[in-house]
Parts: sequence; C-alpha cells; structure tokens
Amino acid sequence: MADTDIKTENDGEPKYVVDSLIAEDIDEYLKQHEHKTMLRFITCGSVDDGKSTLIGRLLYDSKMIFEDQLDALSADSKKVGTQGQEIDFALLVDGLAAEREQGITIDVAYRFFNTEKRKFIVADCPGHEQYTRNMVTGASSADLAVILIDARKGVLVQTRRHSYICHLLGVKNIVLAVNKMDLVDYKQEVFDKIVADYTEFANSIGIESFAAMPISGFKGDNITTPSDNTPWYKGPTLVDHLETVEVLSSADAEKPFRMPVQWVNRPNLDFRGFSGLVATGEVKPGDQIRVLPSGKTSTVSKIVTFDGELEQAVAGQSVTVCFEDEIDCSRGSVISVADNPPQTADQFEATIVWMADDAMVAGRAYWLKLGTQMVSATVQEPKYEVNVNTMEHLAAKTLELNSIGVAEISTDKQVVFEPYGENRALGGFILIDKMTNATVAAGMLNFSLRRSQNVHWQALDIGRKQHAALKNQAPAVLWFTGLSGSGKSTIANLVEKKLHRMNRHTFLLDGDNVRHGLNKDLGFTESDRIENIRRVGEVSKLMTDAGLIVITAFISPFQADREMVRSMLPEGEFFEVFIDTPLKVAESRDVKGLYKKARAGELKNFTGIDSPYEAPRSPEIRIDTTKLSPEEAATLIVDTLLGDA
Amino acid sequence: MKTLTHLERLEAESIHIIREVVAEAERPVMLYSVGKDSAVMLHLARKAFYPSPPPFPLLHVDTTWKFKAMYELRDKMAEMSGMDLLVYHNPEAQEKGINPFEHGSLHTDMWKTEGLKQALDKYGFDAAFGGARRDEEKSRAKERIFSFRTQSHGWDPKNQRPELWNIYNAKKAKGESIRVFPISNWTELDVWQYIHLNDIPIVPLYFSDKRPTFEWEGGLFMADDMDRIEKILGYRPETKERSIRFRTLGCFPLTGAVESEAKTLPEVIQETLLTTTSERQGRVIDKDAGGAGMEVKKQQGYF
Repeated sequence: MADTDIKTENDGEPKYVVDSLIAEDIDEYLKQHEHKTMLRFITCGSVDDGKSTLIGRLLYDSKMIFEDQLDALSADSKKVGTQGQEIDFALLVDGLAAEREQGITIDVAYRFFNTEKRKFIVADCPGHEQYTRNMVTGASSADLAVILIDARKGVLVQTRRHSYICHLLGVKNIVLAVNKMDLVDYKQEVFDKIVADYTEFANSIGIESFAAMPISGFKGDNITTPSDNTPWYKGPTLVDHLETVEVLSSADAEKPFRMPVQWVNRPNLDFRGFSGLVATGEVKPGDQIRVLPSGKTSTVSKIVTFDGELEQAVAGQSVTVCFEDEIDCSRGSVISVADNPPQTADQFEATIVWMADDAMVAGRAYWLKLGTQMVSATVQEPKYEVNVNTMEHLAAKTLELNSIGVAEISTDKQVVFEPYGENRALGGFILIDKMTNATVAAGMLNFSLRRSQNVHWQALDIGRKQHAALKNQAPAVLWFTGLSGSGKSTIANLVEKKLHRMNRHTFLLDGDNVRHGLNKDLGFTESDRIENIRRVGEVSKLMTDAGLIVITAFISPFQADREMVRSMLPEGEFFEVFIDTPLKVAESRDVKGLYKKARAGELKNFTGIDSPYEAPRSPEIRIDTTKLSPEEAATLIVDTLLGDA
Repeated sequence: MKTLTHLERLEAESIHIIREVVAEAERPVMLYSVGKDSAVMLHLARKAFYPSPPPFPLLHVDTTWKFKAMYELRDKMAEMSGMDLLVYHNPEAQEKGINPFEHGSLHTDMWKTEGLKQALDKYGFDAAFGGARRDEEKSRAKERIFSFRTQSHGWDPKNQRPELWNIYNAKKAKGESIRVFPISNWTELDVWQYIHLNDIPIVPLYFSDKRPTFEWEGGLFMADDMDRIEKILGYRPETKERSIRFRTLGCFPLTGAVESEAKTLPEVIQETLLTTTSERQGRVIDKDAGGAGMEVKKQQGYF
C-alpha cells in the first residue's frame, strides 16, 4: 500500500511512515488522488470469521485510523476486546452501542479507505444467521465480494448462503479469503482442501470464477504485502487484487444507452431538459433516442451540466439531456438508444427477498419502485422458496423475513424494464408496504410473462362517458366497510332504495351473495379475502364503466385492499363508507350467530375476534351507528353522494 | 471508454440523491451550516438542477455564536445560488441567554437540537438535507442515506429501512420527516479535494492567518467578539496573535483552533493528511456519554 508503509520490526507496536509524497509534493499527491477509480465491495463471513478484524486492518494499513482513535482503541481493546492485550481491530468497526455489548455487527456499516490506485467503499455485512436482508443490501451495490472462511472450519453453511446471495445479486467478482491462516500454521494442504471444496460448491450454483487467497487479518499476511509465511502462494495480495479488478461501472458503459428520468428541468419556456443518472451506455448530441413507455423518438440536442455542455455522457454520470422535439417525457420515463430499447410489460417473474417482520401477503397491493418508476403491484403465491443453505426449492404459501423465493408479479401500469442479469438499474426493485411505508422486499425481475405481451387492450367506441351520459348520472362506488353485524347490508339496502326512487341506476353487491357465485371458490384466509375484494373491485369497475352507481357491502377489513379498489377507479368515484359500530355493539347484535361461533373457536379468521379490522383512516363518509338510525344514515350517505357527484 | 474517477462517481451519486428527494418530497430544505461539508453539498445541489436554481430554501439553524466570517459567507452563498435563506434562532435559548461558556452541552441541545426541531416544525419541512458523512464517526457509518425521523424527530437505529441499489424509499406518514445525507460516502479528503478542484468558496478561517487568540480551559480560541466573551466570563482573557486555522467550524468557543501555517488548500490537505488526530476531536460533543456520545445525541434528534 502506498499511502503508508507498515513497520513491525522488533515486534513493537506498528508505526507508520506516511507516504513521503504527501510531505514532499502535495500537488503531485493530489493529482494522483484525483485520478483514482472507485471500487465498492462487501465482506461476508460468519460471526467469528474475522470480518471486522480484516476491515479494521485495511483501515489501519491505509492510515484511516488516527492517533486519538488508536488510543481509544487500545483502551477499549483491554476492556472489552477479545484479543487479550493486543489491539482488537474489530472494535474499530463495530459501531452501535448495542452491538458492541453483544459483540456482533447487526447492520450494514460502510467504511472507506484509499490506496494509490483506488478509493474503496466497504459494506461490512453481518454474518449472523438472521440478517440475510443486510447482506442483500450490501451486495446490491457491490462490484466485488470478499467471502471470508475460517481456515480451521472450512466451507460452512453460511459460506454457501453468502456466496449464493452474492451470485443472486449479480456480484461478478468473488474473492475467497481463507482467513486465520496463522492458526493452521500456514499449511498449504488446509488452503488447497478449502479451495477444492469451495470450487465444487461454486460450480454447482453457477459462480464461474473466483480468486482464492490465504490471509490473516489479525497478523496481516497477504493483505498488503506478500507473506513470507506462505511461500507456496504465488497469487496477488488482497489489496493488489482489489486495486486491479474491473469495476462494475466500466462494464455498464459497454451496454446500450438507458437513462431513467428523475426530474424535468424547466426553468423557463425556452428550456426543457430531462435530468437523470445514466444507467448504462453512453449518449452524445445528435444521437437518436426513444422515450419509454411511450415509444416516441427524437434526437439529443445537447447535454447540459453546471460545468458546461458535454460532448458525451457515460454510465454513472448525472446529467440533463435536451431533445430536438417536444415529446412527452416525465419522471419514470426511460430514455434509451432509439434502435435497441428496453421492454415494457406489466406481468413478470421475479426473485424476491423478503425483508420485513410481517410476512408477504399474496394478492395484496404493494408499491413497487424500480429506478424512478413507482407503480402498484401484487405478488402471487410463490412458485417456490429457496433454501439458502442447500439451494433446494421448497413449496411455499408466503415469504417470511429473510426468505428468498420466486413469484409472479403484476403491476397496474406498464413498467420499463430489463432482466436483472442484464441490467441492475432496470431489473432491481423494492416493494413498499402501503400502510407502514416500510421497505418490505427487494426483488429482481427475471423475465416478463408472455401473456402480458400478447393480451392487448381493445379500444371500444362506446365508452364509460357515453354509458353514463345515457343514464344521466355520474357513476360511483359506495364502498361500505365495517365489522360483521355493524349494519352494512341494512343501510346499503336503504341507500339503494332511496337512489332507486330518485331514478338512479344502481346495483348492490352484497358480500354473502357474491360468495354464492362469483367467489364461491374462495375461503377466508388473508390471501382469499384479498382476492375476494379484488374481484369485487373489478366487477364494480366494470359496472361503473357501464354507468352504474355501485353499492358494495363487504367487511373488507384491510386498508390496503380498500386502497387497491380505490386505485382501480377514476379519482373521485370511490366513496369509502365506514359503518362505525363498536365490536361490543356488533357482537351483542350477532344477527347471524357468527360471533358466538367464532368465540367458541368454530369459525377461524373471524374479523374482530382472531383477525384484525383496520378502520379507515380518512373515509369519505363515516356513520356512527350508535348515534344515527339506519334511515338517518342512508339519508346522509345519499346527500353526500349527490352533493359531491 | 471513459472510466469515471471516484470523485466523478461520488458527485453523480450525490446529485442523484438530491434529485430523488426533490422529486418525491413535498417540502424539502437544505440545512446549511456554512462549514466545508455544507459548501460541497450546496455546490452539488446547484449542479443537480442547473440551469434552474435548486428548488428549495437553505436553512441555517443559528446559535448566534458563529464567527463573523461565517455569517458573511452564508449570506454571499445564498445570493450566489439564487436560493432563499431562512435563519432560525430558538427563542427560548435566546431569551435565556444560553451560551457555550456557561452552559456546556446545554448550548448544543437548546440552540441546535431543539432549534432544528422547532425550525422544521415551523416551516413544515418533510425532508432536510444534511452534510454528515459516514467516515466522521462510528454510529454514522451505519446510518442510511435516507434517515427517517418520527413525528417527535427521534431516530431508531434498530428500525432503519434497507437501502438497495440506488433506489430510495421516500414514502412517509404525515408528520414524519426524512433527513437525507447526500455526501454520506465522501471522506474528509474527498471533500477537500472536491473544494479544491471546483474552486468552491469556503470560510477563510479554514486557512492559516495571523489572528488574535486566547487560551481558555486548555484550548486555543480565536478572539472574535471579546466584549461578549468578557461579559460572560467576567474578565477579559489575555489575547495573543498567533498563526492559526480551524479544522472544523462550529460555535466559536466550542471549536478549538490549531496553530498552523497552511495558507492554501493543498497545504490544508497536506496538513490534514499528516496530522494524527481525527477531525472531530476538536469538538467537545463526541466525548459526552462515553463512546456512544453521538448515538445518544442522534436518538434525541440532533442531526
């Protein structure tokens, strides 16, 4: 390493000789630093494989640790360290107070160091069993992965898991760092055996190549300088390898041009530019481009930056692109080379990593964010789950925290995409829970489903406007929600009678009635309830297309599902009518005797008893049945509908 | 094929982050502390939206205890960037005359931590850019680029959203807010070098000059407003002219000066690389509450 030169003679404390260039010719040093490239890598290993020690060592060797930190470290090492009186490098990188007490890293931490050739960003990923999600996070942006193996233990289940995840996330460069060689007397047989075991496993999951090296993070063997203890090892040191391996972004630059649009820059009427980060390829003024999903084409007129117009922009640069023609382009659009555009689709097969404590709910609508596109998406029951330790495919109904599976996804709008294997930026996505706003999953699109390519929307001449005009009314959905026995059906029935008397064309969809026909194949599990609501939503939508005022009476306990229906309809046509009856009151009425059965355990998944009811946060209409009679309630609902309509 | 340098990649990534926030947040603001990290962040914002000015205001949560040179640069930069500048003073701290000499860490709590919360609430900002870097301090190494704060501005390190690729989830409930750190992945050296390459104006106090100084409780301080200091200390400390500069700029009595001859940026960088103490050591704040000082502060809502 050039920045520093480690001296450990006389077995004393390590001392540093700073790169003499800094002191002698700072301008030259800065010039050198200015031209460094950047490599992001992750380190993965099991709890005791010595990850933190290795990273601590890399920081230490590149003078990223200052004297005051070193003093604190010495003191800490003696107090809580695991290395006796010697410096415990791991303490340098284990950040949060809780983790320091437990002695394990529980979250991804980012570290930085420089060598003569590169700047490095290290994602320190935890090796603990439960934290697959953190590893996936670290691997998502890594150019390279260092997989640590304890020379005494060999290839473990965790090694397989970490390698599989890195491979899944598309990390092409893998380093197998056989650590703690000092504890096996630097024996070549030990190293060779581990490499042979790992090769067999790596081939089986499709890892084409990796670089193996014998190291000791604690003693410093083969980290920055070739070790005298391993004369049989002829390969590069870890740092040599990190300095010379190809970075991912250079590979991205070879691919066709794609830039997801983040923001439309329009300071005045004379300027209209599209800002984004070039994901792949390069672009020049004069290039023919195509905007997806519209498919419109134009020519690049200029590439604008604060530092002047560019003759060329490449993958990894943030720029603003202007076109010759005024074509439709906005946030979420993807600008592409004209003759080789990415695909668009709304149904996919994807690999999904579940990252939330609450398991995935098949059929529920989540936000899907891919690049700058945000759409509503539903995930089907997984085709299978992958056992990350054995790579076996298992049958699964759902995905739990830290599980990885393959499932079909459908979106409410066309998504511009490329398979993740070809393009990380247009194939990687996150899922966001619509209620809690948490990031619940990461996913990788594998391919679009043929049916979505072949089923096209048929344009019809007589549309919803014409249907509604003939009936002389504005179509709407009055979506009643509330506990069983809250009075939904009673009030809905009165509302329909009133509207009918006023010559309105209506139709009442009742929960129990629909389950006798359209939905008789569905049960009462969470997934079935969502499908029940989805179908009713689709039917309601068709009926509003036909110009009707639709009244529905379903418990519909989940906010996300009601929101799903809301999003199917044009703005202003969905009225959420909350029939607010306390559980106590509904249960005391118990018209159908269902609460009694549920309390006796004869009826499973009963809302309010052993399945939750999520009350609407801001319904269009709220009916407090403890204050209003059914007749008064119906009048209020009709007045609100017609007043607003 | 052109391979981007690390600074070009860092710049592009930071610009991407700033644009994402503007596209998804309702009322973003940029916290501007006039230090070198703020200078870089502001410069990146100007680049992100050029030829438009950045579509959000600058917010300076002021303590009234900054150096005069900092106030001058602040006003100049706001004008140069075409952005609105909002300056906020915690009225309670002002009324009680909270100052760094008599009130120690209460000074930071009241003026900065409380002041920031009050300012964000007052203007209803739902996203605030901050210039923190992950290399500054251990607990920051694990903070996300988009860091969520509850309605009461608390931070829960156990419950952070995973951040994958360069996809950021900016969704939040009403009343919640995000702190966004666009230069998370920059190191101190990157910041200096970027300032150097882009000729970004910074407070002259970063460069060595002969300045009047006084010693107080073992530290070296610049004599910036001696009348005010005399009023609080009850005596006028003896001042002496020395060649000094600042490695970090906070409130002047909380930020110690160092004796230095570094008059140019390369010399400052040289000195930085050759020194053997970390940047934040000049600040008193990290030493509170043992090693976990910053983590505790952050859970309380300090930036």
